[in-house]
Amino acid sequence: MLNSLQDLYHIIPLLIVSGGILVSIIVEMYSKDSEKILFALSILVFGAAGLFSLYSVNNVSILFNGMLATGGNVNVFSFIFNIGAFIVTLLSADYIRKYGTYYGEYYIILQSSVLGMMLMAGAKDLFIIFIGLELMSISFYVLAGLNRKRYNANEASLKYFLLGAFATGFIVYGIGLIYGTAQTTSIDILTVRFPQLTGNLLFLAGVLLFLVGFTFKIAAFPFHMWVPDVYQGSPTVVAGLFSTGGKAAAFSAILVTLAALFNGNVGSLFTPYLIFVSALSMIYGSIVAISQDDIKRMLAYSSISHAGYLAIGLAAGNSEGTAGIIFYLAAYSFMNLGAFGIVALIEGENETNLSIASYAGLAKRNPALAALLSIFMFSLSGIPPFAGFFGKYYVFFAAIKSGLTWLALIGILSSVISVYFYLRIVVLMYFKDQGEEVIPSKSAMGMVGVVLSAILVVLLGVFPGSIINLISSFL
Amino acid sequence: MTQHIYLTILLPLLGFLVNGIFGPKIKNEKLIGIIGSGSIGLSFIISVISFFETLNLPVDKRQTIVTLFPWINVGNLNINFSYQVDQLSLVMALLVTGVGFIIHVYSIGYMHGDKAFWRFFSYLNLFIFAMMNLILADNFVLLFLGWEGVGLCSYLLIGFWYDRKFEKSTTADAGKKAFIVNRIGDFGFLVGMFLIFMTFGSLNFNDVFNRASIFNVSEGVFSLIAISLFIGATGKSAQIPLFVWLPDAMAGPTPVSALIHAATMVTAGVYMVARCSVLFASAPAVLIVVAVIGILTAIVAASIGLVQNDIKKVLAYSTISQLGYMFLGLGAGAFGAGIFHVMTHAFFKALLFLGAGSVIHAMHEEQDIQRYGGLKKFMPVTSKTFIIAALAISGIPPLSGFFSKDEILWYTYANGLWFLWVIGVITAMLTAFYMFRLYTLTFEGKSRFGSDKHPHESPKVMTIPLIILAVLSVIGGLIGIPEIFSGEHGNRFHNWLSPIFKQAERKMIIFGTHSHFEEIALMTISVVGAAAAIWFARHIYLNRPSIAENLSRKFRLTYNLLLNKYFVDEAYDYTIVNPIVKGSTSFLWKIADNKIIDGTVNGLAKVVAIISVYSRKLQTGLAQFYAIIMVLGITLALFWIILSR
Repeated sequence: MLNSLQDLYHIIPLLIVSGGILVSIIVEMYSKDSEKILFALSILVFGAAGLFSLYSVNNVSILFNGMLATGGNVNVFSFIFNIGAFIVTLLSADYIRKYGTYYGEYYIILQSSVLGMMLMAGAKDLFIIFIGLELMSISFYVLAGLNRKRYNANEASLKYFLLGAFATGFIVYGIGLIYGTAQTTSIDILTVRFPQLTGNLLFLAGVLLFLVGFTFKIAAFPFHMWVPDVYQGSPTVVAGLFSTGGKAAAFSAILVTLAALFNGNVGSLFTPYLIFVSALSMIYGSIVAISQDDIKRMLAYSSISHAGYLAIGLAAGNSEGTAGIIFYLAAYSFMNLGAFGIVALIEGENETNLSIASYAGLAKRNPALAALLSIFMFSLSGIPPFAGFFGKYYVFFAAIKSGLTWLALIGILSSVISVYFYLRIVVLMYFKDQGEEVIPSKSAMGMVGVVLSAILVVLLGVFPGSIINLISSFL
Repeated sequence: MTQHIYLTILLPLLGFLVNGIFGPKIKNEKLIGIIGSGSIGLSFIISVISFFETLNLPVDKRQTIVTLFPWINVGNLNINFSYQVDQLSLVMALLVTGVGFIIHVYSIGYMHGDKAFWRFFSYLNLFIFAMMNLILADNFVLLFLGWEGVGLCSYLLIGFWYDRKFEKSTTADAGKKAFIVNRIGDFGFLVGMFLIFMTFGSLNFNDVFNRASIFNVSEGVFSLIAISLFIGATGKSAQIPLFVWLPDAMAGPTPVSALIHAATMVTAGVYMVARCSVLFASAPAVLIVVAVIGILTAIVAASIGLVQNDIKKVLAYSTISQLGYMFLGLGAGAFGAGIFHVMTHAFFKALLFLGAGSVIHAMHEEQDIQRYGGLKKFMPVTSKTFIIAALAISGIPPLSGFFSKDEILWYTYANGLWFLWVIGVITAMLTAFYMFRLYTLTFEGKSRFGSDKHPHESPKVMTIPLIILAVLSVIGGLIGIPEIFSGEHGNRFHNWLSPIFKQAERKMIIFGTHSHFEEIALMTISVVGAAAAIWFARHIYLNRPSIAENLSRKFRLTYNLLLNKYFVDEAYDYTIVNPIVKGSTSFLWKIADNKIIDGTVNGLAKVVAIISVYSRKLQTGLAQFYAIIMVLGITLALFWIILSR
């Protein structure tokens, strides 16, 4: 099927990760010291794949008979996934030991979930999206419940699996209806024929079901119910991956498929649905986050409201919106991973110290961690000069440009509400005395991961223009 | 190297980061000093290389734009992080990094033993970083970034010894005063920027200045823009009515006063006006305002300087006064002369401040000149360099100050503002008088300090910078020798800068022709006046101190007025500060904020919190329930798409 060696060159990031998985399995089987080797290998794989994606970002091409695209924003996504996973791996180094027994599968499954994400972003065919989605989702279900001895983890994993499978069912059903009415699963062909197909109700129902399934995956209202329970029950670093890589991958798939709607100027067809999802996710996430006492549940609701902000870009339906979403995803991935990383460092044995009260007085005990967490909280609440501000700015700008000023206003209001629960952490850290003695675990690798996230958050906040120009140039 | 001009900005930033982050861990003062001054030294070398590269280019190709990355792209607003290397910015860059380097080195000696040595150097480097952004920016927004940055550093450094008392309050209060007064000016600058963007649709220097010549814009709009920008300049460059912060800024360590509050930052306003010369030239009425404000500031500050007894206060008022001269030059349309005076002033004023620092250092923080006296024999280098600087600022030929001050006065006269020229000459005489009052009281006569003080010459790390600056104060003016002395080639400095002001000069009325005789006659008047003032000062304070006492007794009212700085601070407190404080406490704070705004916000917050508590109950934890909600959602969505067809 390969047309030439050139094709192989284009999929090097995919090859690196795939190769990583195979090598990891063998290492895990035969090596006694597999944990350290697999850690190093994962770092290498994610780092190499991420950097190569960035390096080859200009090699835009379509491969495998129009099944897979590489280069351009596909590689931007690939960079986000791989560097995100890179940070997760760094955070995992000491965390999984603290959390419970180490299982050799951990890094292997982590790599396969990333492979799934990369496939979703590059897909040019509904089947490839589906394969990528399943690869990622099933890996996620396993990662959530990897520690079989923990009651919470089992609950989270099972809930995630049941509801996730339920949602996947809709996606498959949607693909079925689309194929039944259009006789193709190729996204390019669908794009061309979209204007004629809009008259067919079954086709529209298919697209809608597909969208609904992905609304579940991006964790947006009203398909968000699983999020707090799953994030709370899963290992913290894994929850970090769910909320960033998982969400980014689902958005990449939506962008790939809905490109048809955007380019054909018939985007308005699903705009009411997207507006509904976006507005309610923002408001619901922000409001309910206020009354959370557990930091992971708070971050879960924050993740719901961020899905809402991102969906503004979808509702706007213009190229500014798409560029805004991609920038936002990069910003969100790194700031949220940083926040989860610090939660993982603060977390004690047996999932203690996860309440918000545990953060009181952190600034005195560990000024570095407190400063870093403040950066992430400021960025999440959208305060310049951090990345989060420009993410919101670009999607709001896109909404205003396509006449959805009031949706942008809802977004701004919801940001105002969200400042309350984000900055509450900062206030606790700096202005309250400590209640109980909470000693963050010492993890050099974890610190590297958190600092790397902070650097990326600041860089994205300082150079937003260059990055948005890069993303826009591929649209 | 011109293409890599950004290094002159990055290196100080790097120095700031290294000393700022690792400073507390580096216990070694020498290493911190080397990092701090080394980064500026390298920047200076790069600036020098860029200068010679630019010098070798043909005159019409001497502008280089170095774009680093796009910064803000919104609608029509495209702002890049890009730097403009041209004749004007190079002069400023050489000045800032050169004088900056000398003062950094001096600080190693001056700040020796300070508990926050590292913090001092990191702030200084941050200042240079911001200042270089200000002068190399190729657009108003980046300039404003530097503009605000230098304001911040000024604030941080004035309050550097935040635990010390300063006059009636603390150094922190002096820092706050500087910051707030500057903010008032910044408001004007911002308004100017908005107006420029509204009128010309760009904030890029080249675009705006080209369009200013092409677009059909009424003089009223130009006047509005120019006056707004000038308000910004009065804040940063301490002109009437916003000059009150600069004397208080002396609360900072003396090298800070030398670098920021004399040689570089305070000239930012002059630089900005010169940079925007086209806009000012298009508003002749504003030019007159600039000239009048400049000369008024010059004479008011000089008259206050006559009676002050704090060595740094005298120098502070002298700085304000000299800045007034620069604005007089700008207002008279002699933009090049204004920048020339920026340069020479940087040399001799930095020298004066560093000399004062050396004295203060030797006298254990004593700053009252009435308690000095006879220091000449203890501090030979300091006293000799100080007298050179005093002669330079008094305008005695052939020292640097003579050429620049004379050029400004000549243009003022030649442009028909003869009345301002008269005030200018009087101010020059006052300047010469108070400078030599200061010199005589400090270095000559009998010692008036107690036996507990043991003055001594400062270490080499401090005296060598003094010597270098003294040399510059002597020869610095030679690059700007007026035409009548230098012949055909004319004034080199003027020729170098003239392409920058070409657009502006095209818009202005050509100066009337005057004979060389007139120029020499005027020159003689001001030099003789200054020399007489010097003689008079020495006569009074060396031989007949009773004259000074008699004068102050006879003109008690005037003397008190001057000693209390015309009661400007008190007047501001009474008319502006107090009413605002009272109004904001009684109404804005207690009623508007506490009751109306807080009430609304807290009420809304309570409602949100209640909604939050109830809606979290939806989260039952039952997977079946979650699935039902999903099904409900899907059903609704499907119904919607069916019904909406």
